[in-house]
Amino acid sequence: MTARRFAAAALLAALAAPLFPARLSAAAAGRVVVGSKNFEESRLLAEMFAQLLEARTDLDVERRLGLAGTQVCFEALKSGAIDLYPEYTGTGLVTLLGEKPRGGRAETLARVRRAFAERWDLVWLPGLGFENAFEVAVRGDVARAHRLRTISDLARVAPGLSAAFGYEFVEREDGLPGLARLYGLRFASVRPMQHALKYGAAEAGEVEALDVYTTDGRLAVQDLVVLEDDRGLFPPYEAAPLARGTTLRRYPEAAAALGLLAGVLDETRMRRLNFRLQEGKESEEEVARDALRALGLVDEGAPATRAAAPGAPGLLGYLWSERRSIARRTGEHLGLSAIALLLGAAVAVPLGLGLERRRRLAEPLIRVLGMTQTVPSLALLAFMIPLLGVGALPAIVALWVYSLFPIVRNTFTGVRDADPRAVEAATALGMTPGQVLRQVRLPLAAPVLLAGVRTAAVLTVGTATLAAFIGAGGLGEPIVTGLQLASTPRILSGAIPAALLALVVDGALGLVERGVRPRGLA
Amino acid sequence: MEPGETTLEAVGVRKEYPDGTVALAGVDLAVRRGETVALVGESGSGKTTLLRCFNRMAEPSAGAVRVEGRPVDSFDPIELRRRTGYVPQEGGLLPHWTVARNVELVPRLLGWDEARRNARTRESLTLVGLDPDRHGPRYPLELSGGQRQRAAFARALAGDPPVLLLDEPFGALDPLTRLELQRQFLELKSRVGKTMLLVTHDLAEAFRLVDRVGVMRRGRLLQLAPPAQLAARPADPYVRDLLALLEAPPTAAAGAPRAVAVS
Repeated sequence: MTARRFAAAALLAALAAPLFPARLSAAAAGRVVVGSKNFEESRLLAEMFAQLLEARTDLDVERRLGLAGTQVCFEALKSGAIDLYPEYTGTGLVTLLGEKPRGGRAETLARVRRAFAERWDLVWLPGLGFENAFEVAVRGDVARAHRLRTISDLARVAPGLSAAFGYEFVEREDGLPGLARLYGLRFASVRPMQHALKYGAAEAGEVEALDVYTTDGRLAVQDLVVLEDDRGLFPPYEAAPLARGTTLRRYPEAAAALGLLAGVLDETRMRRLNFRLQEGKESEEEVARDALRALGLVDEGAPATRAAAPGAPGLLGYLWSERRSIARRTGEHLGLSAIALLLGAAVAVPLGLGLERRRRLAEPLIRVLGMTQTVPSLALLAFMIPLLGVGALPAIVALWVYSLFPIVRNTFTGVRDADPRAVEAATALGMTPGQVLRQVRLPLAAPVLLAGVRTAAVLTVGTATLAAFIGAGGLGEPIVTGLQLASTPRILSGAIPAALLALVVDGALGLVERGVRPRGLA
Repeated sequence: MEPGETTLEAVGVRKEYPDGTVALAGVDLAVRRGETVALVGESGSGKTTLLRCFNRMAEPSAGAVRVEGRPVDSFDPIELRRRTGYVPQEGGLLPHWTVARNVELVPRLLGWDEARRNARTRESLTLVGLDPDRHGPRYPLELSGGQRQRAAFARALAGDPPVLLLDEPFGALDPLTRLELQRQFLELKSRVGKTMLLVTHDLAEAFRLVDRVGVMRRGRLLQLAPPAQLAARPADPYVRDLLALLEAPPTAAAGAPRAVAVS
C-alpha cells in the first residue's frame, strides 16, 4: 500500500517536472518572453519578433503565444510575465487608456507613447508600417444590391440586415456602440461570434454584415466589400511592438533588433502572410521565417525546422503527423491537472476532516466552496492574471480552486456518515477522537472520499483545456489555435486526446477507489 | 477487596438536555462488586443514559457518579473507558477490521506487547465460544449475528476490565440465538466474576440473567430488587403491570439460580 502510494507520487512528480523549466520570472538573466494575443496576425508578428531576437541577439527567447485577448496580454506585460507583444496604437488609446479616438496615425502613436511611458514604463517601439484597423464589411451581393460604399450607406438599410461581430467589437467604444452613436447604425439582429466563424456565417448567407480587420487574409479571397468609415469613427490601428522599459534598458540589443522591423510591413504583405496562416497548411514559424528572409533580416541558410504535412490524408493523418506535439501536450496537460489535484487533495482532505470536528462551520464553508464551481472557468483564469501573471502557475491555482469543493464535500460527508455504531463503540472503548478519526472514520469514508477525488480529477482534466488561454500550454493549445484558424483537425487534435485523457484518469481512479475500499465492507 | 464493596454508584443523578428533556430525574443506584444488575424499562426511561454515565459517554447535570469509590470525573474519560468493557446493541464491531483485530482493540490501546495481545485475543474468543483460528481472521460481515455479538463480548473482555457495561446486547438477535447467547452469558458470568450493568427492555431476560433488577420509568428508578423479591412485592403499580405482561411467572425464573443468594 505504502509502496503503491509512493510510486503514484513519483509518477506524478515525473509528469509535472517538464512544466517548470525555470519559468519563474521573465526577467531572469539573458531571457526575453514574447507574448501574443490569440489571433493569427498577433501570433505571426510575435513569432517574427522572437525569430529576429534569436537571430540578431544572444538572448534566450521564450514564446507565450495565444494569450486570451488584450487585457490578458496587457496584464501579463505589466506584471512582467512577458516582456513584449505586438499591439495596435488604436487599441492602446481606446481600450487601455480609455480615451476617445482623436487624430491621425502619427498623433495617436505619440499620445500612447507618452502615456504608456509615464504610467507604466512601457515602450511603444517604432511602428511596423501597416495598420490593422477594425472595419465594417458587407457581403458583395448585398453591397451591389443596395449600392453600399460607406458606413453611412449601410446605416440606411441596416434595420433590415443582420450582422455577426466579434465579442470585443460588440463592447468597444470604437466598435458597435460607437457606430450606433455616430452613424445611428441599428441592425435587425446582431450575433456576437468568434472572429474566425464570422466569415463562414457570411458565406453561408446567415448574416449580411460583419466586422473585419484591414489585413485579414480572407478579404483577399472572399466576396466582401469593406465600407468606408466616412465619419472617421475608427482610430488608426498601427501595429508596433509594445515592450517593458526595464527589459529594453537591460537589453538594448533587443530594441535595436526590433527596430529593424520599423516601417517594413505594409497592408498587402500582411494580408498575404495572414492568408497563408489561415489556410492552415503552414505554421506561424515557417511563415514568419519566410517573411523575415524576404525582408533580408535573417540568413537564407536556415531551413524551416518543421515541415508541414500538406498532403497528409484526413484527420488520422493529421493526428499522426502531430503525434509528438500531442504527446508533449498530453504530458503538460496531465502535469497541470495532477499538480492541481494533488495540491487540492492536500488541502481539501484535512479541511474535510477538520470540519467533521466543527460541524457548525461545515455547511456554510462547503456552500462557499460550492460557489467557486459556478464561476465560469475562463473568468476564474482571467482573475488570476493580475495576481500571478500568465503560464502554468495561475492555471494550476485556478484548477486547484475547482478541485477543492468535491474533495472537501465528500471527505466531510464520508467521515460524518461513517457507520455510527462503529464510531460509538470505538469511542466507548477508549479511542481518542483523533484515533477514531484516523482508524475508524477515515478508512470507512475512504471510498466516498476517493469518489470526490475522482470527480475533481475529471473536472480538472476537462477544465485544464482552458488553461491554454493564459499560456499554460496543454491540450487546450491546439483547441484555442484551431478555433482562431477555424481548423477542425487542429481542434480535434486537442479535443480527442483531452477527452480520452479524462476517460483514462476516471478509469484509473476507479481502480484506485476499489483498492482503498476496506475489506469487510459490503 | 471485600465482597459487598460498591463498584458502581449513582447518587441523585440528574441528566437534563439543553432542550429541556429530562432523561434522569434523580437516580440512586449501587452495584456491588461482582454483582450483575439489570436496568429494565421502555425506550426513553433513561436506562441507557444512566449506563452511559458510568463510562462518561454521558455527563450528568447533577448528582454524583462513582466507579470503585472514585468520582468518575476524577478519571480521564479515555482511561476510564479503556478499563470499562462495553457491548452495544448489534455489537458495534469495526467493519473494516477482522474479528481478531476488533478484539485486540483495547489491549492495543493499553499498549500491551504483541505476545500478550495475541494470547489474550485467543483466550477471549475461546471464552465466548468462538474459534480463534476460524473466526479470528474473518470480517464482521462474514459472521452470523450471534457470532458478531459473541465477538463484541470478546472485545469487551479482552482488556480484562473490572466492569462491563452491556447496552441491550441481545436486543437484535433472533429468539433462538438469543436464548443460546443468554445461556452462555450465565456461564461466562460465573467464570469471569465481573461487575456488570445490563440494560434491557425485556423483563424476562433480566430475570433469567441477573442478580438484581432495577425498573426504570421516566428518568426514575422505581424499584431495585432481586427477581424473586420484585415479583413477590412490586413496589409500584407500573412494576406490577410489567410483571403481568410476563407470560411465564417470574418465580419460575430458574435460569438464575444464584440470583437470590447475593442479598
